[in-house]
Amino acid sequence: MTAALDVKGLTTRFETRAGHVTAVNDVSFAVQPGRIMGLVGESGSGKSVTGFSILGLIDAPGEVTAGAVLVDGVDLRQLSTEDLRKMRGRKVAMVFQDPMMTLNPVLRVGDQMTMAVRVHQPMSKSDALQHARKALEVVGIPSPAERLKAYPHQLSGGMRQRVAIAMALLHSPSVIIADEATTALDVSIQGQILAEVRELADETGAAIVWITHDLAVVSSLADDICVMYAGRIVERGTAEQVIGGPRHPYTQGLLDSIPARHEPGRKLPQIPGSTPQLSRLPEGCPFQPRCPRATDLCRTEPPLDVRDGQAVLCHHPLEGV
Amino acid sequence: MFGYLVGRLIQAMMVVFVMSVIVFVGVYAIGNPIDVMIDPGASQEIRENLIRQYGFDQPLWQQYFTFVGNVFQGDLGRSMVYNIPVTSLVFSRLPATLELVLVSVGIATLIGVPAGMYAGYRPNGIPAKLIMALSVLGFSVPTFWIGMLLIMGFAVNLGWLPSGGRGEVGHVLWFKTSLVTSDGWAHVIMPAVNLSLFKMGLMIRLTRAGMVEAMGTDYVRFARAQGLPDRQIVFGHIMRNISIPLVTVFGLELGSTLAFAVVTETVFNWPGVGKLIIDSILQLDRPVMVSYLVMVVLLFVMINLVVDLIYAQLDPRVRLKGGS
Ligand SMILES: Nc1ncnc2c1ncn2[C@@H]1O[C@H](COP(=O)(O)OP(=O)(O)OP(=O)(O)O)[C@@H](O)[C@H]1O
Ligand code: SF4
Ligand SMILES: [Mg+2]
Repeated sequence: MTAALDVKGLTTRFETRAGHVTAVNDVSFAVQPGRIMGLVGESGSGKSVTGFSILGLIDAPGEVTAGAVLVDGVDLRQLSTEDLRKMRGRKVAMVFQDPMMTLNPVLRVGDQMTMAVRVHQPMSKSDALQHARKALEVVGIPSPAERLKAYPHQLSGGMRQRVAIAMALLHSPSVIIADEATTALDVSIQGQILAEVRELADETGAAIVWITHDLAVVSSLADDICVMYAGRIVERGTAEQVIGGPRHPYTQGLLDSIPARHEPGRKLPQIPGSTPQLSRLPEGCPFQPRCPRATDLCRTEPPLDVRDGQAVLCHHPLEGV
Repeated sequence: MFGYLVGRLIQAMMVVFVMSVIVFVGVYAIGNPIDVMIDPGASQEIRENLIRQYGFDQPLWQQYFTFVGNVFQGDLGRSMVYNIPVTSLVFSRLPATLELVLVSVGIATLIGVPAGMYAGYRPNGIPAKLIMALSVLGFSVPTFWIGMLLIMGFAVNLGWLPSGGRGEVGHVLWFKTSLVTSDGWAHVIMPAVNLSLFKMGLMIRLTRAGMVEAMGTDYVRFARAQGLPDRQIVFGHIMRNISIPLVTVFGLELGSTLAFAVVTETVFNWPGVGKLIIDSILQLDRPVMVSYLVMVVLLFVMINLVVDLIYAQLDPRVRLKGGS
């Protein structure tokens, strides 16, 4: 079976005053149809930039400098601008991180949705509106016909995020990238949307990349997990592998700091130190200043260690399961 | 909505009242028109008669209330120079200014907005750099100087266009306008272009700034993620957003150009209100000055109201509330 999304060696650089920073560094992963891949990492690790790079939405001063992005076997990076545009929204869709900013404040929800419908499926305005209404229904928006007439500021954050999700679903794309799609929502709605997303993947066979900083969310939702640190995928495997037997010290640290895994009242162990600045990364493994297992060897580039499909970028991986 | 309009109307009336006092006092401080009007050799008796006739012997506040009382009866006074009612004087000149202003603001908008949009859409291209350089010229080179250059080039050297004055007029409804004759257009085009340059520069810069800002927003990126082509992103999404500040500036420019087309009207000898006000200031024709300035204030207030209404129409986040 060909993967719905196959990312190979994706690298994105930004030109900054402090020189080049590599926000996405040789990132590779594949997502099969109907599966959910959780992309986890601390703030600034490069999750959003990975999403934008997949869609070819990196603007100057940034640039995707290497890699391939195969959607249903077609390499998006080889397409002309016009062909790439036709893939966006139709084959690969993205839900953005900030629900307050992703909708145009001066256009009605219905107008924005019909535009998004008709760009890939020519049809009358009223048909497009019907189509949009159904998409809103799917994501559980009450009285969708009224919401279509509303302006974004008349909707709550949760509603707006659902509208954005509904817009991603309009053309039943093969790949959906959801960037912190539930982070802004309260816990009950979050659970509801996660259940809907699971159902969606099962029913439509869409491959979903679920971006979040919250490992707890991902552990209950995802089939596969990629852990990102300073622009690299440092650990990749099935959810059971990564959650049940993490092999990268950073993943271990993240898991240790999830509250639900500890008795209440005890202080949570936190990973010492903070997210490194991309312009001032140490030589070799970027995690070494914070790593309990670091040795002198870690000042050289860590190798990719693969075991049963679970891959880690580390000189001294943990045993795992 | 109704409450809003009433509130705005009250506000407008207060503005007009305050302005009329300021203008009245200001104009009366400039100088005594009697000195200009009458032969220095005239007898003291003639002089005093005239002063009494115009009411200049009364205290200022009394003169003001006489003026206001007359205004409420639709009488803005008589010009002391032309000896005809100010209203008919101003209205005889107004169409000329109106057509000049409309043509120039029209040129500024029709060229400035698309040029600014393009410059903001491809801000690093050579065309954008050229457009921006021109916009700087547009509002840094003095109007009168460009006006003279235009006259030198197109009227004196090439002989293509008349050097000044207003062309043949035709009738539209109850208006007389030169915009319906080709001779009229030949006369209006050069002063209008001259008058439009500053505005065009302003429009270009504003539109470009709005465009650049919009291009970096999340909603535009989201529209691109949906696969919308640039044309639709610009005209379907961004246009609406950037038109909001543009409407404001458009209104202000319309108002200020109507009021202060003076330089261009003088250079091109255009018989509009701008020239009228300059002449009346030189001759200390008080009633004309006062009435004209009060009318300008009224005009500004009205344009602002219309701008606010359009604004609310364009931006759903703006709610028109009663009162302030
Ligand atoms: N426009 C840009 N110019 C320069 N650097 C950028 C730009 N956008 C992103 N970066 C760099 O890329 C890094 C990754 O950013 P990204 O937004 O992908 O992080 P993230 O993992 O999504 O974090 P968060 O959880 O806060 O959303 C940032 O640390 C920043 O240094
Ligand atoms: S390579 Fe070394 S520093 Fe990096 S994670 Fe592995 S043990 Fe830690
Ligand atoms: Mg992000």
